[in-house]
This record gives sequence, structure tokens and C-alpha cells, in this order.
Amino acid sequence: MANIMIRRSAEGYVFYMPKRDIEDQITSMEFDTPEKWGGEIKLKNGGIYFIEPQSAPERLPYSVRAKRIDGVE
Amino acid sequence: MAALTREETQALIEEVLEVYPEKAKKDRAKHMMVNDKALESSKKCITSNRKSLPGVMTMRGCAYAGSKGVVWGPIKDMISISHGPIGCGQYARGGRRNYYVGTTGVDTFCEINFTSDFQEKDIVFGGDKKLTKLMEEIEVLFPLNKGISVQSECPIGLIGDDIEAVSKKMAAQINKPVVPVRCEGFRGVSQSLGHHIANDSVRDWILSNRDGQAFEKTPYDVAILGDYNIGGDAWASRILLEEMGLRVVAQWSGDGTLAEMENTPNVKLNLLHCYRSMNYISRHMEEKYGIPWLEYNFFGPTKIAESLRAIASHFDDRIKEGAERVIEKYTPAMNAVIAKFKPRLQGKKVMLYVGGLRPRHVVGAYEDLGMEVVGTGYEFAHNDDYDRTMKDMGDATLIYDDVTGHELDEFVKAMKPDLIGSGIKEKYVFHKMGVPFRQLHSWDYSGPYHGYDGFAIFAKDMDLTLNNPVWKMLKAPWLKDEATAEKKAA
Repeated sequence: MANIMIRRSAEGYVFYMPKRDIEDQITSMEFDTPEKWGGEIKLKNGGIYFIEPQSAPERLPYSVRAKRIDGVE
Repeated sequence: MAALTREETQALIEEVLEVYPEKAKKDRAKHMMVNDKALESSKKCITSNRKSLPGVMTMRGCAYAGSKGVVWGPIKDMISISHGPIGCGQYARGGRRNYYVGTTGVDTFCEINFTSDFQEKDIVFGGDKKLTKLMEEIEVLFPLNKGISVQSECPIGLIGDDIEAVSKKMAAQINKPVVPVRCEGFRGVSQSLGHHIANDSVRDWILSNRDGQAFEKTPYDVAILGDYNIGGDAWASRILLEEMGLRVVAQWSGDGTLAEMENTPNVKLNLLHCYRSMNYISRHMEEKYGIPWLEYNFFGPTKIAESLRAIASHFDDRIKEGAERVIEKYTPAMNAVIAKFKPRLQGKKVMLYVGGLRPRHVVGAYEDLGMEVVGTGYEFAHNDDYDRTMKDMGDATLIYDDVTGHELDEFVKAMKPDLIGSGIKEKYVFHKMGVPFRQLHSWDYSGPYHGYDGFAIFAKDMDLTLNNPVWKMLKAPWLKDEATAEKKAA
């Protein structure tokens, strides 16, 4: 589990993990509705992380705990 | 014209690393790469922000240097106490030439060394009492200070002093912010962690101090982040922003004050110059206060024009017109500078090895002068910096991370650059080798180099260094003897 920050750019969500200095585009997010948001997120660099599904944050950027499932570190 | 092809550069890296033992060679090889613009992420080709190899000469600093020297030091109306033995504070004092306006010792304190001067008894019995006494003395002697920060040196962490408790107590007593900063030098692998710790302490102790207080806002408020006013850099940047119609609320932290920092949450846009040392606080402000941030680059007219337009794009037409007006106003002067110096500098090769931002930021300024950067590297960058660097650099240029003394010497010998830009620790080595050298940390006691005014000085300085006749007169005595001996024999 690690703290990540999700922000929005022109191309969509951006993933940032301060501890590892990973900043990358999020290519897909499992749930992306106001009621249910999160789940498995896939990064452009191949990494896959998991955010506990929750209601969508009112404002981005948003800090959240995420679990690494697969891919580059 | 590329100095070397991709294969040649790769061969050079291998040749230079040849002298190391097997394990060290493997480790160091990960810190070198040949640039490939096509790559998206640097992750697979270069390793950065790792512990330096024991036994090699590294140019890195420590967390204390990153916090006290870089981020906290230049805040002019706060007193930064170097808490611990006296050397760290004394040898780091005033070295970065962070200019400021004010009367030193009365209302500004950057150039004075405040230290608790730890002795054996303080290590044995703890230094909290001494710290309390020191702060009380500060209040009597320098009543105009706006706050105090306690910058821990190594022993504080080792003996476990509770500087937080002392700070809290004293903050209540003197009714000013007192910030404990846990930036002991042994933390992290370089000064980079010091920047992070300093950012976090600003976030925790300073940033929200004025939340909810009235502040007269305008739609054109911005803050300059990560400009430390070295040789007046922040001033040269600030006038351009003001000329295009923006209001600069805060300077972080060159010539900055505590009040400016506390007012920063009210701005519309954070302008970030040194990404490495202040991205943390920018990201925090984006999350907490919804303030967007933008990286900009004020080195060389091409990049300045790009940056001014990028900044203006966040505002209305008035500012956009303002940006065009500023660019138009300075273009003739800049063309004159380029016309004067480009013929003298065209085609010269430059190698850089600086801290966390300049290895990529100054590339544009050199290119404006027709010079080519053939090698670059950072002391303490992270991978996100290399991601950005790869786009700014030419293909097949050499990139090195945390380069060692031996490696840099050998690279210079092999690539024969016409100019090297690095710091004081490298300066005299290359002077003795007879290679023109400019310090790019302190601008070699010149400056400012930011902004349009700065570029004129930059171009002049590069010309003065590079075309100085003195380099031709330098020859090591033993080499000279050989030459004359040969002549005599013949």
C-alpha cells in the first residue's frame, strides 16, 4: 500500500506516487462514475494498481491509498 | 552536429567504467545513458536518486544542505538556526548568494550564521535547554524577526533531542512561528530529501497560518516558486511577469518573506521554476487549495517566450496581450545580443553537471547562442527529472547521474568540450586541465541569468570565459618541459 495522488490533465487522469517518483498517465480505471470510483487502474508504463472503490472525490487532485498489483516499480 | 554517434558514446561509457571493480562497474553503468528522444520514460535506461557508491568522489550534499541552504535559508525575515555543531552553519553561510533587500541584522537575517554550537556536554546531556536559551536571546537581540526555523544537524537526530517540544513551547512564548525541521544530514542519499523535508515542514507549520484571513485578491495573482534569487535571478523574472500584467504575491524563497509564503494559498497560479525542490509544495497546494501549477523556464529568449505564452494561457486576453507586448519589447535587444555573441560562440560544445534543474533548463539558452550541449547530468535528480531532460536534449547526447570525479574527468578528456558548466568542486580541476569553465550553481559570482536581462549577462559571461586568451597559455609544467626538451634536442 502506498499513498498516491491522482490529478487531471488534458489527456485524462494522471497518477503520481511521491515515494517512487512515478508520474504517469492512467489509461484505464475500472470504475469511473460519481457513485463508484476506483478499482483497478492501469498505467501507460504497464503498472497496475488497485484503489478501494469509493464515491468519486469532489475535487482533484486527490490523495488516496493504492495497492500495487502488477507491473513496473 | 553531434559530437559522437550513439555507438561511440556507448563505447566511451564502457571505456570509462573499465577501471572499476566488477560490482561497482555494474552499479555505475546503470547511472549512465545515451539519450534517445523517442523514449517516453527514463525508468528503464537510467537509475537515479540512489545511494552514492562508497569509495568514489561524489559531488552531492546532504539533507541539511537541501533544507537550510536551499529552501529555508533565503527566507529573509526568518532566522534559521543551524542546530548542532558549528561547522555546518559556518561553511554553508551565504554561499549561494541569495540576494535580498533589507538591513542585515535588523530586519533580514540570511547572511548571519545562527547556531547552537554544540559541544560534548550538549551531546551527552542534550541540547534542548541550549536551544531554548538561544531562542530567548534571539528575541532580545533581533526583535524584528518574523519567525524562527530550527534546522537540525546530524547529532540532533542521533541523540534524539525533542526539538518539536521546544519549538512548540517557544512559539507560544514569543508568539511567532517556530518551525522544527528534521533535516539531519544523514537522511536520504543527497540534498534532495532535504528539499522534501523542508517542503513538508513549510506545509505543516507555515502554509495554513493565514487560512480564513482577509486578503485582497486580484484575478492576476501568481507566486514564483523555486527561484532562490541567486545573483538576483528572481528579480529578473519578476519584472517580466509584472510587465505582462500579473501580480507577484510571493517569491519562494529568494528575497521572500514569511508573510508572502503565508499568503500564497490565495494566488491563482503557482509558477514553478525549480521543479526538483518545490514540486512537493506545489502538488500540496493543488490538492488543498486547488491552485494549478506550471513549470516554466526563463533561460534564453526562446524558452522565455515559450514560458511567457504558457503562463499567459492560464489568464484572460489582457495578460495574453501583455505577454506578446513583453516578448515584442525585448526581442530587438535579444537579437542584438545574439548577433553580437553568436558568431563568437557558434558551434562550441558544452558539458554540464549541475544540481536538479539547470542541466536541462540552460540548454535552451546555449542553443540560442548556437552552442551545443553534448553531455549533461544531475547531482540529485529523480526519474521524473530525467523524463523531462530526455525531451530537451539532442539525440545521442551523454547523460550521467551522480557522476563521480573520475568519470567526469574522463568524459571531458574524451569529448573535449569547449566549455564546462558545473560547480565549485569541479571548477579548479578543469581550470588546471586548461578547459574553460563556468560555475552554474552560483553563476560564478555574476548573474542574474534568468529573464531577458539575465540572458544578456549570460551571453557575455560565456563569451568572456570561452574566448579568454588565458586558456592557451595554460600548460602543465611537466608537459612544457618535455616540449622544450624536445626542441632543445632537435
